[in-house]
Amino acid sequence: MHAFANPARFLRLARWMTPLFLACGLVLAGGAMAWGVFVAPADQLQGETVRIVYLHVPTAWLGMGGWTALALASLSELVWRHPLAGIAARAVALPGAAFAAICLVTGSIWGRPAWGTWWVWDGRLTSMLVLLFLYLAYLALADAAQRDGAGGSRIPAIFGLVGAVNIPIIHYSVLWWNSLHQPPSITMGKSAMAPEFLAPLLVSTVGFSLLFGAVVLMRMRALLAEQQTEARLRRKAMAA
Amino acid sequence: MQYEALNQWHFVAAAYAVGLGGVAVLLAQSWLAMRRAERRRDGARGK
Repeated sequence: MHAFANPARFLRLARWMTPLFLACGLVLAGGAMAWGVFVAPADQLQGETVRIVYLHVPTAWLGMGGWTALALASLSELVWRHPLAGIAARAVALPGAAFAAICLVTGSIWGRPAWGTWWVWDGRLTSMLVLLFLYLAYLALADAAQRDGAGGSRIPAIFGLVGAVNIPIIHYSVLWWNSLHQPPSITMGKSAMAPEFLAPLLVSTVGFSLLFGAVVLMRMRALLAEQQTEARLRRKAMAA
Repeated sequence: MQYEALNQWHFVAAAYAVGLGGVAVLLAQSWLAMRRAERRRDGARGK
């Protein structure tokens, strides 16, 4: 990990990983969704609306996984002062927020035919909405910290760590409280889903994970380039 | 008793339109921001 924390080494890797992640992600996510929508069968109880699962579940996992990555990067920034950790945390925040928002909207659209309502204030939906607000707050904090200079980056990092408390709450909400939302169908090593639903879901998850990774790499490259531009202009101004 | 006639495909189409539209905007915005920042850096190097 320490070896990859070098910005020059990271950029060398990111230059070929970005198009690779993007191309593989587009092919896998696109293929899996076409499979799920046009080939996979309808569900006996939920009918055609079960096809929303191939979009809703990967975005939910990545919304939660994004904050887990943000918290780990924040920990790394606070403890080991990795030069790339703060940049990685900032780069994850926007795609994390976007995926959490897509999860909420697609879930709401799914809820109307499945539950008869667009929204309920139960544990799962509310904790997922809290995750979206945490992302938005992190983005605002990180922007403010950047304007104040490097010394302010500790506050978003601490916020990133504290916000991680919400991740187990989202995960266990359907077990702790009564909910319209179903309990997890897939747990470590076990699945309650039939293979004809599970296979496109897993391919879709891999595809969206690669797209998420491509976005994070692009945003890290943009943030690094901005830092390098500022440093260069500052050096030139001092030399003049 | 009154029943609503819901076409399930409308909900599937709406969910995919929102999801795919959102991901497409995110990808395009991130790509453009990266290209713009890297061009600016390369420009600053030449000045």
